[in-house]
Amino acid sequence: MTDQSTAKTEGQDWDNLIMTDRVHGSLYNDEEIFKEELEKIWYKTWVYVGHETEVPNANDFVMKSIGPQEIIMTRTDDGEVHLLLNRCAHRGNQLCMEAEGNRKVFVCPYHSWSFNNNGDLRGFPFADGYEGVDKSEIGLGKVNRVASYRGFVFGSFADEGPSLEEHLGGAAEALDRLALTSPEGEVEITAGFLKHKAESNWKFIVENETDGYHPAFVHSSIFQVAKSGIGDLYSSGSTAVARDLGDGHTENDLRPEFRRLGNVLGWFGTKEERLPDYVSKMREAYGTEKANEIMIDGTPHIMIFPNLFVAEIQIFVIQPISASETVQHVTALQFKGAPDMNRRLLQQTMGSVGPAGFLLADDSEMYERTQRGVGAKLPEYNYLGRGLHREREDEDGYLVGDATDEVTSRGIWKHYRKLMEAE
Amino acid sequence: MSELASVAATPETFDLALLTEVSQFLYKEARLQDLHCYDDWEALWTDDAVYWVPANGHDIDPEKKMSILYDNRSRIALRIKQFHTGKRHSQSPPSRLSRIVSNVEVIEDRGDEVVVGSCVQIFESNPRADTVWAARNEHVLRRTPEGLKMVRKKVMLTNNEKALFTLSFLI
Repeated sequence: MTDQSTAKTEGQDWDNLIMTDRVHGSLYNDEEIFKEELEKIWYKTWVYVGHETEVPNANDFVMKSIGPQEIIMTRTDDGEVHLLLNRCAHRGNQLCMEAEGNRKVFVCPYHSWSFNNNGDLRGFPFADGYEGVDKSEIGLGKVNRVASYRGFVFGSFADEGPSLEEHLGGAAEALDRLALTSPEGEVEITAGFLKHKAESNWKFIVENETDGYHPAFVHSSIFQVAKSGIGDLYSSGSTAVARDLGDGHTENDLRPEFRRLGNVLGWFGTKEERLPDYVSKMREAYGTEKANEIMIDGTPHIMIFPNLFVAEIQIFVIQPISASETVQHVTALQFKGAPDMNRRLLQQTMGSVGPAGFLLADDSEMYERTQRGVGAKLPEYNYLGRGLHREREDEDGYLVGDATDEVTSRGIWKHYRKLMEAE
Repeated sequence: MSELASVAATPETFDLALLTEVSQFLYKEARLQDLHCYDDWEALWTDDAVYWVPANGHDIDPEKKMSILYDNRSRIALRIKQFHTGKRHSQSPPSRLSRIVSNVEVIEDRGDEVVVGSCVQIFESNPRADTVWAARNEHVLRRTPEGLKMVRKKVMLTNNEKALFTLSFLI
């Protein structure tokens, strides 16, 4: 650690920027803080990159990202998944311009250097100019650590640190639960992503994902005309809980409400008669009792810090571009072995999210207005104290609050501060 | 034969009356969208309508891949109802819009239906910024006792492979 970067760390007055029940507005729009976040969060901790089912075959690749960095996710013919940086090792040209494809070798169009899809330098033309050069010492940049859980591939630029499972902690169970909603025990990401840009800081989006207070207001227009029951899940009378799972991961656990109502596929806003194939496959796979439990509980609503939001029927991948610009990549979840379900998952997701979505257009409007609003000088802080007086530990030792409480935001900021204060 | 004569001699490839009719329809649709005349715009659709704005290219399978918008008739109605609540925040205040429809071509005259191609550029002004949208459109228009109606509208945004800002006005 150099003196300079130590001085920078000490330069932020964290005690005054982040308090238990309030955070300073500058955390959302200061470009210096954003640069520090890139180094201390995005280029250090485990960040979600893509799903194994996006590169199902040997030599498939798909363009992904970690923050502003383009990442090529490849699968080599030994089945392994690699995360490569999109920069030719010669003179820095962008190596790949395609969103996806299948290739064993990437050839840079500038001077025709070629790289294997594990990042190793394969060759260069007119090799006589490189006499004595050791090719094994020149290759594409690679994300240092790659690991996957239930097919969800994460990368960390740090050489060492907590394992992915340690990082996921209590969030891993939610991904287990998600897999169970497929009759074959696997979810797939095959529907392609909408990319929705907002002039807003990434943390407003992360916080909003498990903010159970806003749906009744931001989304009242669609709840009203679609006669949706979602609004009731996030009301004062709801038995759902907001949970801080630690390590920045947070969730809105809606199961208490779904169990109280006890309807198979109630979580999906439908009835079992509407999806007979899915329901019978689930009962075949898990037995009627267990299948009914799974189909009553539904899928999780969890924000896995810093960038993977599993939102019942879809996932969002949050990509910060600058302090005031973020891209939300969103796609429908697809359950392996459930074509009738998948069609509806896709239809509902398309209606809800993306630039024209019934829900996300309005969320994003709030993100942008909040970004502009927080530029006002006073008051200096955003107040995140909702439900502080009724926070409690659940049977697993996690901090929980009522459905609309800000225990989730407070959990995110607690972890954020820990990361930003670390050397 | 002069070029002019050859055009005149092949009216089936250039039906000025039909071109005028469909162009006027597209201009009317554009005006209703720009001025947020939601109900009048909704009335332009047939009951079997599909309103489609693909993403990540123009030839994706909308039954398998995510589109920005893929509305059947009942979802079009829901979209309009959401506007009418007055609480569609991304359209409150409504975007100020002016769009230019051009390059209108009759692609195919099927008798009861006409396939029309056009280009559109839309200037949107909202609280975030002023934004320009561009697309190639494909309309399938049906002759009905009440005049032409839209059976299908496909909006092929020029930049639909990139990250886009919120698009909650009627495109």
